Amino acid sequence: MPEEYRFHLAIGSRFENIELVQVVLRDCLERLGMEADARHWVDLAVREALANAIKHGNAQNPSKQVHVDLAVEGEELVIRVEDEGAGFDPSQVPDPLAPRRRLLPNGRGILFMEKFMDEIQYGAGPGGGTIVTLRKRLTGAKADASQA
Amino acid sequence: MDVSKRQVGDVTILDLKGKITIGSGDVQLRNAVQEVMNSGATKVLINMHNVSTIDSSGIGELVSAYTTATNRGAKLKLINLPAKVTDILTITQLITVFDVYDSEDEGVRSFA
Repeated sequence: MPEEYRFHLAIGSRFENIELVQVVLRDCLERLGMEADARHWVDLAVREALANAIKHGNAQNPSKQVHVDLAVEGEELVIRVEDEGAGFDPSQVPDPLAPRRRLLPNGRGILFMEKFMDEIQYGAGPGGGTIVTLRKRLTGAKADASQA
Repeated sequence: MDVSKRQVGDVTILDLKGKITIGSGDVQLRNAVQEVMNSGATKVLINMHNVSTIDSSGIGELVSAYTTATNRGAKLKLINLPAKVTDILTITQLITVFDVYDSEDEGVRSFA
């Protein structure tokens, strides 16, 4: 696997640090040759994973870190986002598209990740935090999120 | 994100520019809508033309703006949606909740 397409970042749990990851991610996706629309949706999915890790995982505690790993595995882009929180059960997250929840101001982050990536997995990190793994096929990457 | 406010007749227009994302643009949007509501405006258009990115937090702020306006008896509508914002409103099934217009003229006339 080309090493130039791999990176690891550790950021403090502040929302402004999401922009730092986005700069590195955008550069990597461009070098991978991903077209602009697909880059936009991957960028947004990773933004949601980071926001969840900072807000829900690490409770915005700046002394806790969020780790981001990007790699190309076979024909897939794989991005792992790990927090240092207490863990997370995705089955407990209510459906934001349920009619009675549609006008709530929050709860759509997981929906975004699921729509913009090909596969999302949740796991537990060695310290008990959450690892979210986002996968995107590099061949024929979805450009139109509305068709996701 | 930058927010600027202008008036076309009795319609207040908020022009948004940049990212509406967690920790920055979302707060600015909330504050701008709150200020407009506090000023007594009842006809509000949010011009999305120059919005480059909106995340789930930004969508949440748009929903909050809509419900705040509705609860106060005001009307809040969206104009000039970029394609990617339209995609997101479609995914979140909010495209049928908001009144959306393709141009400022159409939006202003919709209040008549």
